[in-house]
Amino acid sequence: MSAMGRGGSDTTPYGMPLPHGPEWEFDLIERYHDAIAETAAEFGLDTYPNQIEIISSEQMLDAYASSGLPLGYPHWSYGKSFIRNEAAYRKGYQGLAYEIVINSNPCIAYLMEENTMAMQALVVAHACYGHNSFFKGNYLFRQFTQADAILDYLVFARRYVMECEERHGVAQVEELIDSCHALMDYGVDRYRRPQPISPREREARRHERAEHERRLFDDLWRTTVPQKEVEAVASDGKAFPAEPEENLLYFIEKHSPTLALWQRELVRIVRKLSQYFYPQIQTKVMNEGWATFWHYTLINRLYDKRHIDDAFMFEFLHHHTNVVAQRGFDEQGYHGINPYALGFAMMQDIRRMCENPTPEDRHWFPDLAGTDWVAQLDFAMRNFKDESFISQYLSPKLIRELRLFVVADHEGEAELLVDSIHDDQGYRRVRRMLAELYRRENRLPDIQVARYYRESDRSLVLRNHVYRGRLLDDRQADEVMRHLGRLWGFAVRLESVDADGRVENTREWHT
Amino acid sequence: MHLIDRRLNGRNKSAVNRERFIRRYKDHIRRAVKGMVADRSIKDMIQGGEVKVPAKDISEPGFSYGRGGDWESVHPGNREFVRGDRIQRPGGRGGSGGGREPGTGESTDDFVFSLSREEFLDIFFEDLELPNLMRTTLAEVQQRKLVRAGYVKDGAPSNLSVARTMKTALARRIALGGPLREELEDLRALLAQLLRDPSESTRVHALQARILELEGRIARVPFLDDVDLRYRHRVVQPAPVARAVMFCLMDVSASMDERKKDLAKRFFTLLYLFLTREYERVELVFIRHTDEAEEVDEDTFFYDQRSGGTVVLSALELMKSVAAARFPVSEWNIYAAQASDGDAFGADAGKSARYLREQLLPLTRYFAYIETPEEEYSRKSPLWAEYEELQGEEDNFAMKRVSRAQDIYPVFRDLFAKEHAA
Repeated sequence: MSAMGRGGSDTTPYGMPLPHGPEWEFDLIERYHDAIAETAAEFGLDTYPNQIEIISSEQMLDAYASSGLPLGYPHWSYGKSFIRNEAAYRKGYQGLAYEIVINSNPCIAYLMEENTMAMQALVVAHACYGHNSFFKGNYLFRQFTQADAILDYLVFARRYVMECEERHGVAQVEELIDSCHALMDYGVDRYRRPQPISPREREARRHERAEHERRLFDDLWRTTVPQKEVEAVASDGKAFPAEPEENLLYFIEKHSPTLALWQRELVRIVRKLSQYFYPQIQTKVMNEGWATFWHYTLINRLYDKRHIDDAFMFEFLHHHTNVVAQRGFDEQGYHGINPYALGFAMMQDIRRMCENPTPEDRHWFPDLAGTDWVAQLDFAMRNFKDESFISQYLSPKLIRELRLFVVADHEGEAELLVDSIHDDQGYRRVRRMLAELYRRENRLPDIQVARYYRESDRSLVLRNHVYRGRLLDDRQADEVMRHLGRLWGFAVRLESVDADGRVENTREWHT
Repeated sequence: MHLIDRRLNGRNKSAVNRERFIRRYKDHIRRAVKGMVADRSIKDMIQGGEVKVPAKDISEPGFSYGRGGDWESVHPGNREFVRGDRIQRPGGRGGSGGGREPGTGESTDDFVFSLSREEFLDIFFEDLELPNLMRTTLAEVQQRKLVRAGYVKDGAPSNLSVARTMKTALARRIALGGPLREELEDLRALLAQLLRDPSESTRVHALQARILELEGRIARVPFLDDVDLRYRHRVVQPAPVARAVMFCLMDVSASMDERKKDLAKRFFTLLYLFLTREYERVELVFIRHTDEAEEVDEDTFFYDQRSGGTVVLSALELMKSVAAARFPVSEWNIYAAQASDGDAFGADAGKSARYLREQLLPLTRYFAYIETPEEEYSRKSPLWAEYEELQGEEDNFAMKRVSRAQDIYPVFRDLFAKEHAA
């Protein structure tokens, strides 16, 4: 189908405006898709092949319940979110998304049958070219997800969980998955694990190091510079793990003294799913901003080429403005910063700074001013996540436009303090604080495996580094400790440690 | 690009997860259903309905930040503040994260969801300890029956009508083969003529070849073809409708407390459910009595407290007069259910039993009496003692002492064993 449109770009069949109306048709979607694909190619968007699936609203609700995945293992919590969404939808509290797109190869986009033709075109541009190219290009997705394998893995996971239910009982499996879900946020590798090296290689490296030391040996150093005492704990060789481990589910899967093989596999399944979602959580602003920027740019380009008429454009702009609406903090319906609005504004701003830089932009972003915006945006999309993207690209102009301000809420102070606003003194601080909001630690307390007493009572020690007095929620923490204990099977201790390394409080769970 | 229409794929992927959720929170839901049974009118009982589960009971835990600590937040739309301004904490939550969103976004509201009719009845019946088979028949929406409605060209193999199919096949064979056969007969006659004349041997050969061809074509008309198949057609028709009226009689004197009324309500509900299964239309008449009887609406019936003595006979007489006035026996099936704690004074019990035997039982298809005694093993009440004599004699009368919900069902067992035998 796509070959049909490519040849005669500006003459036929797309010389005339494409028809549109409340009703869409399959061949019309294909024609729009081809027009959009052609335009996307002009900008060099690199995507996985697209697979567009039309679904009904009930099916959309189903997809919601499983976090947008086309299939998941059975679990009551999905039933809960299904019931919640369904009720909200039926009562009209909540609309449904126009689309859901899955990071897979081919990239699957679900379109709702209720959408109008203009809406479907918007969604095709947004999902099939915006999100899709982001999935393919962004470094986090490249590192941590295998788009080719995810669907197969979901099939495997579902079958495996159901087999376990048959063999070991639904209740047993459910209990275990409950516990894994409680730790799901801590089932993520943030950096790739090094490849294990062979003993021979290790020997070679040791040899090389010794050789290096021998060559540089100078007795003068030993006799003149006082040597630092090496910490005793690290050197006794028995402390395990040697380095703290922040992927709790990984540690449990590999080292739990009690879990059976099938249970480890279930832990692994939950961990893999969590890892699959990790890049999406880290790039919400960028991903939505990128997709919104491209649906806006592509549809406008189609309009410039007279493929679509004014009526289509009005409807499109209506939807687009809804998506990128950002309410002020004191307006009704304010739910924090809208990632679509912020992302879109930043992407537009980067393009503006490339094309029409002001002296201020030249001062703040000398690398951007006057360069090719397509290349700059592509670079930004590939190499950043929300936190770094904001601290790299948020411009003073945008801070002024959005009228951003920082509010400090410090323990022990009776009132909140306006820390910075959109002025010369404040730009950098606003930018840094906004970036901070998207740091993982801002949402999730830092908890790592500190010690596993393998040789003695098999207890596990976790350490929570308390940052700026931000303590754990007690009720939640106690609940999670129960789940943790169930997975570990021996005593578990959670120590909260302040900045100086003093233990502030401990929670314990015993068998 | 692939464009796939998935709309016809399964819609109810989440059904299994929903069911798991319900199973997990069965206790909560059972409690909610109990509440619903108490709140609802009998006719609404079978509607399904909304269940509330406290949000904290179904939350999924995870490590999160609690109160306290130093935080910064960033907001858009500043028009008034400058650096260094101080703002009151919103909501006056001292010392807690004011501008910050709550850690998990967990709401404190109840989690509300609706049970379908089937789910509701399932839980409702569970308490009553109905046999499983009875549950399914009761939960059925409506009696319908299949009626023959001629023949159609497609259907399930089991519905194939062989006779009809063969008939069509025969007609088709005649229609297709008829002209050929006619020609064949003509040619055969001609051939017979020609054979007598030896000079015509070339025409004979041509004729013989033609005859062979025709015979072949006739043989090739299939004996049975797809177009011949005929299937019996059936359409669904609602079962013939009949009307029933159900009289609910209850003693509402002060000794009938909440617990007893709740049992009575379940008893009435169950009878109502049975009746709605059998009859298209079921009318309800509520008659309460202390020392005098009156017809009331359902709300008043269950929730209005009255004080006074107890004269059972008054209720029975009122039932008779209502039936005579509005529900003639020729047009209505009359059922009655009476609930009482058995109190009766003086001659009332004896008179009531006699009245019941002579005046009411001949009218009614079934009369069920339940007694809700103070304690399970208390001695026989006066009313019970008199009614007991009826039990053996009249086969449309049943009685039972009920102190727990699961005692209710056996009252109806006889009734329905009989109804189905009939």
